[in-house]
Amino acid sequence: MQIDLRTVSIKPLRHTFDNIARRIGADKPASRYQEGTLDMQQTANFHYRPTWDPEHEIYDASRTAIKMADWYAFKDPRQFYYGAYTLARAKQQDTAEANFDFVENRGLASTLPESLRDTVLKLLLPLRHVAWGSNMNNASVCAYSYGTGFSQPHIYQAMDQLGIAQYITRVGLLLGDVESLDEAKRAWTEDDTWQGLRRYVEDSFVIKDPVELFVVQNVVLDGLMYPLVYDTIIDDVLSSQGGTPVAMLTQFMTDWYAETKKWVDATVKIAAAESPENKQILSQWLTAWRDRAAAALLPVARIALGERTDAVMADVVQQFNARMAKAGVAI
Amino acid sequence: MDMQVAKKKLGLKERYAVMTRGLDWTPSYQKMEDIYPCIAYEGIKIHDWDKWEDPFRLTMDAYWKYQAEKERKLYAIIDAFNQNNGHLNVTDARYINTVKLFISGISPLEYVAHRGFAHAGRAFPGPGPRVACLMQSLDEIRHAQTQVHSISNYNKYYNGMHDFHHMHDRVWFLSVPKSFFDDAITAGPFEFMVSIGFSFEYVLTNLLFVPFVSGAAYNGDMGTMTFGFSAQSDEARHMTLGLEVIKFILEQDPANVPIVQRWIDKWTWRGYRVLTLVAMMMDYMLPKRTMSWKEAWEVYFEENGGALFKDLARYGITMPKCAEQIALEKDHLSHQAWSTFYNYAAAANFHTWMPDEDEMAWLSSKYPESFDKQYRPRYEFWREQAAKGNRFYNKTLPMLCQTCQIPLVFTEPGDPTKICYREVDYKAEKYHFCSDHCKEIFEHEPEKYVQAWLPVHQIYQGNCFPEGTDPTAEGFDPLAAVLKYYNFENGRDNLDFDISEDKKNFDEWRGQATKNI
Repeated sequence: MQIDLRTVSIKPLRHTFDNIARRIGADKPASRYQEGTLDMQQTANFHYRPTWDPEHEIYDASRTAIKMADWYAFKDPRQFYYGAYTLARAKQQDTAEANFDFVENRGLASTLPESLRDTVLKLLLPLRHVAWGSNMNNASVCAYSYGTGFSQPHIYQAMDQLGIAQYITRVGLLLGDVESLDEAKRAWTEDDTWQGLRRYVEDSFVIKDPVELFVVQNVVLDGLMYPLVYDTIIDDVLSSQGGTPVAMLTQFMTDWYAETKKWVDATVKIAAAESPENKQILSQWLTAWRDRAAAALLPVARIALGERTDAVMADVVQQFNARMAKAGVAI
Repeated sequence: MDMQVAKKKLGLKERYAVMTRGLDWTPSYQKMEDIYPCIAYEGIKIHDWDKWEDPFRLTMDAYWKYQAEKERKLYAIIDAFNQNNGHLNVTDARYINTVKLFISGISPLEYVAHRGFAHAGRAFPGPGPRVACLMQSLDEIRHAQTQVHSISNYNKYYNGMHDFHHMHDRVWFLSVPKSFFDDAITAGPFEFMVSIGFSFEYVLTNLLFVPFVSGAAYNGDMGTMTFGFSAQSDEARHMTLGLEVIKFILEQDPANVPIVQRWIDKWTWRGYRVLTLVAMMMDYMLPKRTMSWKEAWEVYFEENGGALFKDLARYGITMPKCAEQIALEKDHLSHQAWSTFYNYAAAANFHTWMPDEDEMAWLSSKYPESFDKQYRPRYEFWREQAAKGNRFYNKTLPMLCQTCQIPLVFTEPGDPTKICYREVDYKAEKYHFCSDHCKEIFEHEPEKYVQAWLPVHQIYQGNCFPEGTDPTAEGFDPLAAVLKYYNFENGRDNLDFDISEDKKNFDEWRGQATKNI
């Protein structure tokens, strides 16, 4: 049964802004993602060149080797504008809070076998520095890439990575203490185990091409590290040894990766589908950085996996290759 | 039985430190100057980034939680406002012209702020300022988007806003706010922070953001008012960041003081020139006024700003010297601006009108020193002419100031009967300025300001006609071609309010909503 509420109805002159109508092909109602994203970045008649980069305009598509006829070909499948983004994260944050409460209130941290707790501290805590590096790299892509369709998700990614660094810090404080964080930082800067990964991260800091940086950070490093650490080691290997509380504390990262992967895949796919040249460049970047990242993660994985490390790593790399093949880049 | 030793609980400050600064390390595989290449060239010396005092301590989980709550409320109100045709409840349809000015002049700047703070956050080696800048970058995209979303519904019913991105990059007077932010984002990261973080957010926000939002509240525009109120707590964070930046830079090295002083002088003046648009909005465009421009300047700059600069005196910072000239202009600024737009109403994306008798009386009472003497007679004459069918729309392009890009319409400080002109010869070219302050800004960085994309020059050079236009064709109408380039609908987006489609529709729709027709 329907009830009919009457409102005063007047006929609008138009349904959306002209730029949106030009892009979606007609003057029809547009989504908030579209109105908040399309053409948000200025494109014409810039007044001055950046004093920090006089070779380029303020926003300049030629900062990257990737060429697009239209940078708004990039669309976020999550349709994240600020409001949708914060609502999604607030919900995940609620779950994370409940999980931390559950583990804390029941004293589950102290039920972890000591060796397992040590493994978690050794493996997980230095990763807060990796997340911090990702925060900086994603800020970089947001600042220097072209078109809001491409740049916008990177500010969300940057802040997500800061959030992840902070969640790892909380895990450290819950399973250990401030000294555990200090020890992890020492290991990160000094121990052989971590130097390959730290070099990878620091080398990424000097990459100037924003799309390459997206590949190095969000596609390759996250694409190998998250399945390895969160999906395989924590959710699978450690859980079977009594580490389920740890999986609860890192649920945010697991869920986050499953979600952001969709955007990462879509982005690679769109860039690769644009031209054979793009595909070629992406393939070079992906191959070179995948090999470096896999090598750098090997000693890290060994902390938890011991003898099984090589087999698990090979598996993770194979899954990654399959994922990229599906996105249109054979590597 | 083992007893768990109670862990030392971290204080708020310590906890925030491990959540931010603790994440950082000193890199060794790449050189600091390669990772942070833009940190030295401005001459600012930072000896210890750890001396940075976090102006607020917000971890990401708390940020998401608070902000999501605000978003939920904001969009619920926007939806209700739209569903209920809230736009028909504004005081009168003239008000909507302030919304046009806002979305085409101001909202695109929020977006530049978003990218600029991402750049500054990336550029600073200190984790404290980086986190604060990136959080502001995230807030600024919020502001840009919530403004577009709130105003989207106005665009459906009223003219002038339909292609605001396109217009922002092209329309002559919109180059004033655009060049301001282009100037800031192309400066080094420290200057960007002083220009936007301090001068704009801290010193001038109350004169920009607040008048628009209060104007909306006074004129029944709940949609615009709500995003303003929703942004208030973000703005409070941005203001504390702006102040902390200044104090941090000044405390790091005495050699920073003169550099910062020059930036404060420059950006106060640059910001004030942009506020010309706000001044006329407050005095002429709001059907129900909140306060006069002059009163706002006295309260928010002379009193509040005066106290601020007293506080900064201990670092050796003084009140920007342009404040003296601004004080002389405060009786004239809004009137000279509105007169200019009334002249060029054919080339603006909003409507103009002459104030009615009540409004003239209000202006006389707020501007006893100047209004009746200099401006009322002019308006009465124009009104008479319009009544006789002689409404004059100026089609001659004005000379622009090379720095602020406002036409040379301002008068000499202290003499409201004489237009102020300044000029400089630089590399065999002549450059023109509206004031000594704009001239000085140019002289300090001529290589930057000679690049300015001046709309009038560009029109004369033939760069502002749609592609394929032949200016040599017989009967070529340059103004019509320029309006096409702007994507204006001549007769709908521009000209006087009285003859506008906006007025006609609003009256008709309001009639439908309030009477039984």
